[in-house]
Amino acid sequence: MMVLIYAPSLLGQQKQKKYDFAFNIDLGFDNILFFQEAAYQDQLQWYPSVYAKPKFNINWNESKSNITFEGFVRADINGDSRTHWDVRELYYQYYKNNFDFSIGLKKIFWGKTEGVHLVDVINQVDFLEGADGEEKLGQPMLQLSYSSKLGTFTGFALPYTRQIVFGNEAGRPRTPSIITADKVTFESEMDEWQPTFALRWAHFIGDADIGLHYFYGNAREPLILFSPQGEFSLQYPVVHQVGIDYQHIVKNVLFKIESIYRSGNFDDIFAITGGVEYTFGNINKKGLDIGVLAEYVYDNRGVNIFSSLNNDVFVATRLAFNNVTGIEILYGVFQDISKSTMLMRLEGSTRIGENFKITATGQGFFKVDETELVYLFRKDSFFELACIRYF
Amino acid sequence: MKQINLIAIIILSTTFLFAQNKGLEIAKAADLADEGYGAYSVNLQMKLKNANGQESSRQMSTKGLEITDDGDKTLISFNSPKDVKGTAMLTYSHKTESDDQWLFLPAIKRVKRISSSNKSGPFMGSEFSYEDLGSQEVEKFTYKFIEETTLNNMKMAVVERYPVDSKSGYSKQITYYNLDKNYRTEKVEFYDRKEALLKTMEWIDYKLYNEKHWRASELFVVNHQSNKETRLIFKDYNFDIELKEDDFSQNSLKRASN
Repeated sequence: MMVLIYAPSLLGQQKQKKYDFAFNIDLGFDNILFFQEAAYQDQLQWYPSVYAKPKFNINWNESKSNITFEGFVRADINGDSRTHWDVRELYYQYYKNNFDFSIGLKKIFWGKTEGVHLVDVINQVDFLEGADGEEKLGQPMLQLSYSSKLGTFTGFALPYTRQIVFGNEAGRPRTPSIITADKVTFESEMDEWQPTFALRWAHFIGDADIGLHYFYGNAREPLILFSPQGEFSLQYPVVHQVGIDYQHIVKNVLFKIESIYRSGNFDDIFAITGGVEYTFGNINKKGLDIGVLAEYVYDNRGVNIFSSLNNDVFVATRLAFNNVTGIEILYGVFQDISKSTMLMRLEGSTRIGENFKITATGQGFFKVDETELVYLFRKDSFFELACIRYF
Repeated sequence: MKQINLIAIIILSTTFLFAQNKGLEIAKAADLADEGYGAYSVNLQMKLKNANGQESSRQMSTKGLEITDDGDKTLISFNSPKDVKGTAMLTYSHKTESDDQWLFLPAIKRVKRISSSNKSGPFMGSEFSYEDLGSQEVEKFTYKFIEETTLNNMKMAVVERYPVDSKSGYSKQITYYNLDKNYRTEKVEFYDRKEALLKTMEWIDYKLYNEKHWRASELFVVNHQSNKETRLIFKDYNFDIELKEDDFSQNSLKRASN
């Protein structure tokens, strides 16, 4: 009798407690081989390392609440120049109807173009993971988003600014003299704690996707200042920034554009990039898609930017085999229009079995003009091979 | 003699029109028979087998919302293979114009609008193309009724349908509608652009949900040209789930990766 009475209520309790938990970890073994001898003392030619990306997610309240974590740790095998760890994401998220709220460390991506990401300004770059800035550090934030028929409106409160970590003497690439803490300043008296805010509106209308943003506070990208003696230092300025990103699809053609205008106690910064992507779909009837892409980038800072992409054309091709192993190959070249500098990038990946992946990356610096900042990296062309196991 | 020719032409063209009308009627009846499912969620397992018999598997889950005056909205999130775990795809399908499609890439947290016009290619290495998996709106084809026949002791209407979209990978699809079971589709034979038989898709082990909606437990495709096979296995169909248009926004696409 007791069993009969208790059984349904126990079942009821179990239903209410329902939550989902998932844990995954990616383990990678990574080798970077530089083609040329190092430009600076203590740099090596071969950088083997291991890394781990643990992730977990807990969902409850019919998935309306979740806590998400993504960590990252890398350890060099023959040194410590890339050894570092970071919390990429650790946030609590709640959503109800059109509202979406998050608090914690998060990664946010804004933008449409492929060559450079001008409007993607919320997170700091993880320079130790690559000078191209594709990897980002976790950013502490409060985020509130509202979706409506008029688009998605999102507000960000960013209480803390993370600096770029440039690494030590053994780091490659690096500047000739190490960027130590005394060479880095903040314009704001509150340093990293300068309150920073951002607003974004994103919407799609037919075949067009558009985003507008306003950003106020510590810039993620420091100004490069030169002393009369020629010594350079970095300063994180307080900025106002507005920007737009736009993409329009016409059948197989994608038109993309991004632009920013940044002002503060320095010469106003204006940058724009845009271009066209065309995809030849399923050309061999076995699923091979070949995408070709051409973009132009202009930045009024001229040679005074790390990327040195101030008046360059980006041409790239992407092969996606859409096969069982998911082979993808990307090859891209930045050519400076007024100078000789050419930067090359190659990325390829294939799955092996269900849980392994091999990735190959190549980066080339060719005929680098000595007035550009990447001239410091001119001997740093490399080839990288990584093997990743997913658990 | 001329008159006889004229009569023959009239008879022939009437038959043709009749076949066209009847084909369209059947397609509309099938669409109407399944109307009103509202929303659903389902877990999918995709089993791929190549010509040498080697197998591999993918897991994903799907949510769908019926939009009565337009195509459906669907959200697919991938669980395996693990390197693509967290990737999610949001589709707003339309009756006549091309679908709107966004992809979420979890590694860089990027939402990317993609062109849906390259839809003849395979879906994740399977024998399904993107267009096979999109919502099958009546307006996406023209029709021709062929005959009535029997399959597995049930009465079928055989209808040829021709994709309207010139980007489609098919010249025609021979569709078997089950007249005994509320026009559910039992089989489709796909012909490539060169009019050669490309693949056969079969719906296996149908179950009835909410007393109206037939859903197969398995979709089986054989590619006759490559001898590869794909099985799509549907698990845990839920038609009681409450979903709104807000659950198919770009924010929901980002959340779907969790």
